[in-house]
Amino acid sequence: MTITEPYKNPSEQFHAVGDDIHDAKAPTGPIEKRWDDRKFNAKLVNPANRRKLSVLVVGTGLAGASAAATLGEAGYHVKSFCYQDSPRRAHSIAAQGGINAAKNYRNDGDSIYRLFYDTVKGGDFRARESNVYRLAQVSVNIIDQCVAQGVPFAREYGGLLDNRSFGGVQVSRTFYARGQTGQQLLIGAYQALERQIAAGTVEMNTRHEMLELIMVDDRARGIIVRDMVTGEIETHTADAVVLASGGYGNVFFLSTNAMGCNTTATWRAHRKGAYFANPCYTQIHPTCIPVSGDYQSKLTLMSESLRNDGRIWVPKKMNDERLASEIPEDERDYYLERIYPAFGNLVPRDIASRAAKYQCDAGKGVGPGGLGVYLDFADAIDRLGRPAVEAKYGNLFDMYAQITGEDPYSEPMRIYPAVHYTMGGLWVDYDLQSNLTGLFVTGEANFSEHGANRLGASALMQGLADGYFVLPYTLANYLADGPYDKVDHDHPAVVEAKQAVEERITTLLAINGTRTVDSYHKELGQIMWDYCGMERTEEGLTKAIGMIRDLKTDFWANVKVTGVNEELNQTLERAGRVADFFELGELMCIDALNRRESCGGHFRAESQTEDGEALRHDDEFAYVSAWEYGDKQPTLHKEPLEYEYVEMKSRSYK
Amino acid sequence: MNITVRVWRQKNADDKGKMVTYGVENVSEHMSFLEMLDVLNEQLTLSGDDPIAFDHDCREGICGACGVVINGQAHGPQTTTTCQLHMRSFEDGAVIDIEPWRAGAFPVVKDLVVDRGAFDRIIQAGGFISAPTGSAPEANNLPVPKEDADHAFESATCIGCGACVAACPNGSGMLFTAAKITHLGLLPQGQPERDSRVIGMIEQHDHEGFGGCTNIGECTSSCPKGIPLDTISRLNRDLLGALAKGKA
Repeated sequence: MTITEPYKNPSEQFHAVGDDIHDAKAPTGPIEKRWDDRKFNAKLVNPANRRKLSVLVVGTGLAGASAAATLGEAGYHVKSFCYQDSPRRAHSIAAQGGINAAKNYRNDGDSIYRLFYDTVKGGDFRARESNVYRLAQVSVNIIDQCVAQGVPFAREYGGLLDNRSFGGVQVSRTFYARGQTGQQLLIGAYQALERQIAAGTVEMNTRHEMLELIMVDDRARGIIVRDMVTGEIETHTADAVVLASGGYGNVFFLSTNAMGCNTTATWRAHRKGAYFANPCYTQIHPTCIPVSGDYQSKLTLMSESLRNDGRIWVPKKMNDERLASEIPEDERDYYLERIYPAFGNLVPRDIASRAAKYQCDAGKGVGPGGLGVYLDFADAIDRLGRPAVEAKYGNLFDMYAQITGEDPYSEPMRIYPAVHYTMGGLWVDYDLQSNLTGLFVTGEANFSEHGANRLGASALMQGLADGYFVLPYTLANYLADGPYDKVDHDHPAVVEAKQAVEERITTLLAINGTRTVDSYHKELGQIMWDYCGMERTEEGLTKAIGMIRDLKTDFWANVKVTGVNEELNQTLERAGRVADFFELGELMCIDALNRRESCGGHFRAESQTEDGEALRHDDEFAYVSAWEYGDKQPTLHKEPLEYEYVEMKSRSYK
Repeated sequence: MNITVRVWRQKNADDKGKMVTYGVENVSEHMSFLEMLDVLNEQLTLSGDDPIAFDHDCREGICGACGVVINGQAHGPQTTTTCQLHMRSFEDGAVIDIEPWRAGAFPVVKDLVVDRGAFDRIIQAGGFISAPTGSAPEANNLPVPKEDADHAFESATCIGCGACVAACPNGSGMLFTAAKITHLGLLPQGQPERDSRVIGMIEQHDHEGFGGCTNIGECTSSCPKGIPLDTISRLNRDLLGALAKGKA
């Protein structure tokens, strides 16, 4: 007789399993009424009382600037913080493609329900239906709001708004401002914010970085920030804290994120008890300009619209050093067209990215280090003529030529995938409140609406939805019970938080070792890319966890941080961020190890179909992984996902 | 390639500052200008020196954070942001001077970092349309002629980097101000506040210590986004119109 042990996931050597989360606070009833119900039932704050209530907003991207402006306008006392020299520089500004909204201006069958459906399906059934439906509902208000602010969206000759289709959906619902939609939307939110700063309702703190969260009596009541010019460690307290501090793609060192993007605000909150959800869900974009050398500091995205007319190929022969033009047609492998004849070069982002990796792993990559594949427009130029190609893609070709020094009209472009967006983030309920009372998290910093994969043109939508239309209601509901007892700066919780920040800075400056911060960051990034990137395995992830722990130990013994705290010290800033990336990177690997399925941006090599497609395990993994911080090991809390409206299906692109 | 850089070093706003010479070896022509500075900073850090402070963030030419004067030209020899300038624009053995934006309204914070907060304050003085959240009418109720929308967009592409100010012999911030006046003034939504906007923004511009415009045009030729000089003519027209109505 054999006794079978209860099944244990191999990831459990690295973490504990805690209680499930059963209440994400979404209203019940028909899905189209839930947000209305929530708004109606939310407590209101009398306008005269609002100025007695204070809110701290960290980050000034779409989610942060829109929230700060709206809350200031409503009459709350708002303080806004950003690490940049101006709120206008937050990385939302770099979004190119557009913003989705279910306006159905094209009369092509779009609707709130269809946007909801596409987003749930696109997220590979790992997002909450209630949240996604609300996002689709408020999408239409966002466009109205932005137009009223003067955002110069593309228009047709009749003066009405233009749309395009984006990201493999069958309707045209994407509003855009050439290739600079993020810039125009952010400038709109920035101007609204500056208007409130002038009105005195928002106090702006530029070049200030949040380094700690202050918890008093189990409520988030403040933050510790560093003035990045003087080094002064400041305490700011309030009735509520909003984190809109963006994603964590820079854990990979090389990504399309801005150089300063970091996880410190969210990670510090996590260490104070906020659950971090689905950290392993990262989105890798297939059409980026490849790395050219070890000095590379960031990667540049090119719109994936290029795949509409470009053909992707590699030489059939390994390590082929001939120029592309010298390789005859029958010695080229148009591998996407060969493997996926129905969709060809237009397969979804994750499939295109992984396929490029496989070709390069097999020694067929092109360009420096063999980390690139060709994206060839020769056929398109023959078929359409050069002027037509120029009209469609001219700005992208110019950008490519500027960065690489090569002419993509005569030689094919080289492309390679790069980390672009992180779906994971701090866990929030329907009200965008984390499990820590009084701590709200919006935009890319939270985990909520995109599931395991984000659709194109949906990040801008979510950031603005959260800031303009969701948070103002749900935060008011929380503030209605305030103001809370004033927190003095000599409160033990404040003193402790401030001391922790100061001690950490002192420690970093005192190590005076032999390696630079960037060299550690690059090494961490390489580990993450190799083992927690496009394809993950049990063996690789287990190995990566060990490597990250060793590297982290070495960092705290050998890093060299020059200068002092009491000055503008960019090395010190980066050191603190990299220190947090080590811990996050480890949690990402543990999360990826636990999730023994492939879904959206998470591909476990052990879980694929015979055709190499991602294979979900809905019976076992239809849950949100919410991680609780622990000094020794993290604890996993599962929030089960239920689908009442959209039937769970698997996708196929063959 | 091997190059020599002469960099403005200034510990803080009160320090006098001076040019310091460094050699950088094995520079790849594919490096961006800022990556060359990264490499130099790694060298400086390892030898125990203070690395050079410079502003930068997106490194794809859109956030407007970066910007230094290279051999006397704002953003260097090409019409790009500094982050989009590559070392292939320089010869092997080149000696390159690198300085911060030089303008009274942009005080130096450290090394190549300046304080451009004056730009934010110009926007606060009227560079917006008052549209309280939630009060907006249906977007397509207000058609905007495509030509106007396109022109507004062109002006709205300003990234607020400050190259126009650095390039101007008068240290004027007029191109930046005019770009916003033009963006909002061309749209029907921007009409109700058009007069108060131009007066408020110009007052703030002058208050910040920017110089006046004498139509030299250095601003537009150094602008990485190609904001045209005629936006300043539009600003002047709007200003005269507003003053004539006695709105000041």
